[in-house]
Amino acid sequence: MLIDWFTVGAQALNFLILVWLLKRFLYRPILGAIDAREKRIAAELADADARKAEAEREREEFRRKNEQFDQQRTDRMKMAIIEVGVERQRLLDEARKAADGMRAKRQEALLSEAHNLNQAISRQAQQEVFSVARMALKDLAAANVDERISEVFIDRLLEMDSGSKERLGKALETTPDPALVRSAFDLPAEHRAAIEKALHDIFSIDVRVRFVVAPELVGGIELIANGQKLAWSIADYLTSLESQVDGLLAERGEVKTQTTLKHGSTSIAKTEGLNPKITEPSKLDRKGE
Amino acid sequence: MRLSPDDMVFWQQGFFKLNGTIVFTWGLMLVLAIGAMLITRNLSTELHRSRWQNLLEIIVTGIEQQIEDVGLRPARKYIGFLGTLFLFVALASLFTIVPGYEPPTGSLSTTAALALCVWVIVPLYGIREQGLGGYLKSYLEPTAIMLPFNIISELSRTLALAVRLFGNMMSGALILAILLSVTPFIFPVVMSALGLLTGMVQAYIFSILATVYIAAATRVTGPRSEPRPVPSA
Repeated sequence: MLIDWFTVGAQALNFLILVWLLKRFLYRPILGAIDAREKRIAAELADADARKAEAEREREEFRRKNEQFDQQRTDRMKMAIIEVGVERQRLLDEARKAADGMRAKRQEALLSEAHNLNQAISRQAQQEVFSVARMALKDLAAANVDERISEVFIDRLLEMDSGSKERLGKALETTPDPALVRSAFDLPAEHRAAIEKALHDIFSIDVRVRFVVAPELVGGIELIANGQKLAWSIADYLTSLESQVDGLLAERGEVKTQTTLKHGSTSIAKTEGLNPKITEPSKLDRKGE
Repeated sequence: MRLSPDDMVFWQQGFFKLNGTIVFTWGLMLVLAIGAMLITRNLSTELHRSRWQNLLEIIVTGIEQQIEDVGLRPARKYIGFLGTLFLFVALASLFTIVPGYEPPTGSLSTTAALALCVWVIVPLYGIREQGLGGYLKSYLEPTAIMLPFNIISELSRTLALAVRLFGNMMSGALILAILLSVTPFIFPVVMSALGLLTGMVQAYIFSILATVYIAAATRVTGPRSEPRPVPSA
């Protein structure tokens, strides 16, 4: 007999025991491990996905911010360039204005200085000339210059042309105030009397005269009555001399400016061009001394 | 000449006896159980794992996949029985390379026992899935006239299971024994290798047929038998 029923039963029992054993020691642990690993992998994948999504989001955010930053930078750069341009223009304008102001002030100061110097020189020159003239007159004619001046003035009165005489006479007649005689020095009484007499003789009227000392006249006398003036003064000669000297100085200054323009920059030339009135009088001054 | 390891009796006391079939079966059971215990003692749930664990995972997931391919879902519900069936039959023929070993599946008693187990477990699974009425009704399918044929089919396939496995395993062992006496060199090795292949094929056939029987028994008729919609990717 091929089939042994006891063996069949025993083998069936053995098989069932084996089923239980393998379920307990093989399938359950192995499948559990696989499940755990799958779960772990799924979790890791989910985590990776989440991280990827997060990274993607952050990347997008970063890109957006970067673009925004670039845009802002460009805008700010543009704005800064505009502001700098405006500021530069403003500063340039300010500087130009300040420079113009300073130049104008400096020019004014230079002019004023030159003017003062000129005045001082001319005054000094007048005084020197007057002094020399007086000394010469004194030595030559043994006469006082003041006296001579009074005489010259009286001579001028007498030598007046008829038109001038008529105008002056009318003025002396119509003036309510006394006629004003200004002189650089205090006239002595005899000179005053001589002048009054000469006026009386010339115009045949009683002329009331008031004598005033005016040092700026520099050795001269003038008669003023109701808007008419008769004057003689060394200052006239000196004025003429001054204008001649000024003309000469201006001429030399121009020459100097042209020379500088040939050799140097414009700014120096301008400065040099302003100088002649200052420097030349000082040279003259030294010469006078 | 022994046709079956049943004839190798070590001890007998009346009806009870201890023959080669039982002893070799115990040996296989010990190897399987202790091997599984040793390997699954330190299972790793990490990505890195031991080679033995890999081997067991491949075997278990392979069996699971086969069951699912036949149409039994969830496969884990059936893997205990079907997987053990396959592993026992496969290992029984694999051990034929050990000298002195005789496969217990070369005994009709063992194959009959396995076939009986299948014969018992199929209706049990069927009743569990369809209920007693549902399962019994399946014998009347497609018409009531088919009842005797269905019953005959049930018995004959169980018999076929037992005899097919027994025939293949016994013939393999028998051929090997004959060849050893005729040409003791080279040829027995070739036949032994062929026997290993046959054993594997038989293990696969036996377990896949059992799976098909269970799948047929657990298939719910009517609207419930409609295929489940495949979840879109």
